[in-house]
Amino acid sequence: MGKSGSGKSSMRSIIFSNYLARDTRRLGATIDIDLSHVKFLGNLTLNLWDCGGQEAFMENYLSQQRAHVFSNVGVLIYVFDIESRDVERDLATYVNIISALVQYSREAKVFVLIHKMDLIQPMTREEVFDRRVALVRRKTAEAVAILFATSIWDQSLYKAWASIIHDLVPNLSVIEEQLASLGVAIDADEILLFERTSFLVVSRWTSPEGDSNPYGDRFERMSNILKSWKHTCSKFAGTPRNAEQFSDFEYKMGANFSMFVTKFTTNTYILVCMPPGEARFNSAKLNVAAARPWFKFLDGPVIAPAAVSSSHMIGVGAAGGYGGDYGNVPSLVSEGGY
Amino acid sequence: MSSAFSGGNRAGVDGGNASSNRPVRTTYLSQAVLNLHRVYEQNRQRLQKKDGAKVPDPIAVPQTKGKPRLLLMGQRRSGKSSISSVVFHKLPPSETLFLESTARIQKDSLNSFMDFQVWDFPGQIDVFDNPNFAFDMDAIFGEIGALIWVIDAQDDYLEAVARLNNTILHLQRGYPHINIEVFIHKVDGLSDDYKLDIQRDVTIRIQDELSDQGVENAPVNFHLTSIYNHSIFEAFSKVIQKLIPRLGQLEAMLTNLCRTCRFEKAYLFDVNTKIYIATDSTPEDMASYEICSDYVDVIIDFTEVYGSWQRSPEWRKRLEGPPWMQPLDDQVACEWAESGMVLSEAQRPIMLREVDRFLALVAIMKEGSYEKMPQINMNVDVVVKGLTEFFEITKPKDSLTPGAGPSAAGSVPT
Repeated sequence: MGKSGSGKSSMRSIIFSNYLARDTRRLGATIDIDLSHVKFLGNLTLNLWDCGGQEAFMENYLSQQRAHVFSNVGVLIYVFDIESRDVERDLATYVNIISALVQYSREAKVFVLIHKMDLIQPMTREEVFDRRVALVRRKTAEAVAILFATSIWDQSLYKAWASIIHDLVPNLSVIEEQLASLGVAIDADEILLFERTSFLVVSRWTSPEGDSNPYGDRFERMSNILKSWKHTCSKFAGTPRNAEQFSDFEYKMGANFSMFVTKFTTNTYILVCMPPGEARFNSAKLNVAAARPWFKFLDGPVIAPAAVSSSHMIGVGAAGGYGGDYGNVPSLVSEGGY
Repeated sequence: MSSAFSGGNRAGVDGGNASSNRPVRTTYLSQAVLNLHRVYEQNRQRLQKKDGAKVPDPIAVPQTKGKPRLLLMGQRRSGKSSISSVVFHKLPPSETLFLESTARIQKDSLNSFMDFQVWDFPGQIDVFDNPNFAFDMDAIFGEIGALIWVIDAQDDYLEAVARLNNTILHLQRGYPHINIEVFIHKVDGLSDDYKLDIQRDVTIRIQDELSDQGVENAPVNFHLTSIYNHSIFEAFSKVIQKLIPRLGQLEAMLTNLCRTCRFEKAYLFDVNTKIYIATDSTPEDMASYEICSDYVDVIIDFTEVYGSWQRSPEWRKRLEGPPWMQPLDDQVACEWAESGMVLSEAQRPIMLREVDRFLALVAIMKEGSYEKMPQINMNVDVVVKGLTEFFEITKPKDSLTPGAGPSAAGSVPT
């Protein structure tokens, strides 16, 4: 939710429909509520309600449709336009929305995105954001909101959405555990697991050495880079935007590092950054391929299909095999693979 | 090791890397020097007014030996500074909104495979017709490689065309060898038909005027450009290619490689600017250029994120210890950056290989040829070696060995 023209539909199109930032200019105003179901990782379906922000609609949500709109909400994402002229009024609407939310879905998480940050001069961005955060925080004591500064023109959008999605992913602890054992087995510096269409980071693992990487924003940057690369491929090959665009991407930077991005399970891509060396690289690729069956549960179907975005599936039994011990990932090529 | 990718430091990001090769906004002349220059010019002009006689040409002009110069000119607010920021300083196009108008000549020097200078002229200054400030023509146009004239296509361009005509006429008298490249700019958002209409209109206006003045066959070229897509890079590529000595030899090498390895298209990119300095002889294709140039971008980004920081000594020690027992440099097959990727559609691979500090070879391969990568890599090795020699030979201007670029004769046909 958020005021009309603040960029809700734009960011939804970019994250889930593979729009380019500049393509969002074509989007018209959202009328009433735009419902969409986004399949995420096979067994998780997100019910995305994109609520038109014109005042008439807003009043409607708060009065007639109040129970309909605000019950069973898992996550509320409220978007503020940083350039808005009438901040007081925006905040007043926000407070109304939050009180309705608290009334009907007390458990719902609240994410506030301060959007269109690209319109602020880079020097003053942080300051402007901090001021706005303080303002929002003061207005809403009852709900603890998590705030992000976003822009569709850079990676900040992916950071916000990755953290929104993060808590909704089922079996998260299992994924993390298995990624870690895979990482140790293949001697990687960093492993990122992406969802196939949105390229949001689902899970990640970093070795102690990889932790010293000075780029703290590298995860969302990778999402952004790969997403735009995907778009380039689709433009070149003439394939639909949402289709799979590349199957394999290798990069060896001399004696500096090696990395590859490859299709992992049906719904995920995996990025591995690792030390240089031909033999090491080739065996890691084979091992990642061999590890696929252990991650099959990512593709579902799970016993209780998640229908609403708010369902937390952690701990629910999934298709088996993932409890396996990773110490025995078959090390196919161990040495001298030239 | 110095490499085009491992330099990885963009402006503002200090990775603490000693061997940073990517030029970070190096302004060639300091403002102090520029001011001295102006004082000198003013004195000269005053002298001129007093005696009315010819004053000897200045000798104090800082000589920039062997650096071809690109001149950016055009009306004010036509987008000159935006172009040079986007192409040469990697400014995101959306950020050009914040650029301030250029008050004095902005000189940038670029260290690349070929060192060249870019001069950004303020639009409000008319070089040929300026009552209070006479420019030293030789200093400006003496070593110029190309003059780029920017016209705002979304604005009324009649005045710009008139000034351009005036400029061409002046240049034709003194410096007829200068290539004049007209960028019909800001064409994003215009329909294809309308773009072509504008181009035709501008072309006709200029040619009519020139032939009225008796100038035929002036070297004027037209490009439709926008900073919001690849057209600006494509246009710059064409401009730069005209300045490369023995371009034909380079192209022949790439064509040869394409034939032996059955590549669809190969480009030799300048990594810093994403300008391609040569391609094979198959027809130009904007789509392939776009994907290859974006590929270079992705590699630069990957390198910046994962390759620009120093790993700890323990890390290295562990990797060189058992079971490998080899220094890291010996564990890799290629000391430069190499990359390959496969498109899902038709399984078409694209490959990239770094040639030297500034250049990278990018090629789109035929479908299904990913299995032949080892052979292709060998061929590419040979060509890369050839290219390196080529640039060594052509670097000194007075080189007397024509056509010495070794061809990829030893390549294995696949």
